[in-house]
Amino acid sequence: MLLLKLTGELDHHTAEKMRKKLDKEIISSGAQTVVFDLSELSFMDSSGIGVLLGRYKLFATKSLYLTGANDTINRLLTMSGVYSLMPKYKGDVEK
Amino acid sequence: MKNSANIKFLSLSENESFARMCVASFIAPLNPTIEEIADIKTAVSEAVTNAIVHGYPEKIGQIEMRLKYENKTINIEIMDDGVGIKDVEKARRPFYTTCSDGTRSGMGFTVMESFMDQTKVVSAVEEGTRVVLIKKLGGKK
Repeated sequence: MLLLKLTGELDHHTAEKMRKKLDKEIISSGAQTVVFDLSELSFMDSSGIGVLLGRYKLFATKSLYLTGANDTINRLLTMSGVYSLMPKYKGDVEK
Repeated sequence: MKNSANIKFLSLSENESFARMCVASFIAPLNPTIEEIADIKTAVSEAVTNAIVHGYPEKIGQIEMRLKYENKTINIEIMDDGVGIKDVEKARRPFYTTCSDGTRSGMGFTVMESFMDQTKVVSAVEEGTRVVLIKKLGGKK
């Protein structure tokens, strides 16, 4: 399992850099299960939804999960239906 | 208690966080909750990003943000002189996007509507777009 911690602000300005970093880590690890830890994201808007949905499409054969979203990000993920594609991770996440 | 401010900036993506910070600082005297600040910052980020990505797809243009509050009601206008929106009703539908590269979620207006009390959009092709975001602090939304 690969745990990827997203940090800082995820908006249109930072999305491309974040996308490249995530893809590089996922491809080089070869992991079949990937957990995106959002606990250290201080801000995310719908550009972040675009980043997550893009990873879901790109890595369709892998199991992708989310963890650590704050209340505002949680609302974004719920209203956009991202959780139906990338569920909340139920295992333990080492911080 | 009332106040107003006008801010103009270029349609550069690094100004998305600048716009969010301006709004958060402007409303600070109203003692908003952390959730209210987060909601307003997210809605502003969506409107400013739309102006940058869709309003000025081929050039760098100017974005104006007019902020005001009276008592606990905050009114934010975000305006561009860009290409405008052909069909506003269609643009406001969830997941609707004109970007074909798959990087945009098409959720911008849906997020604005969900996080604010009122979202108004006025647009004219080749003239520009004006988004009005209104939120009353202390509300339930």
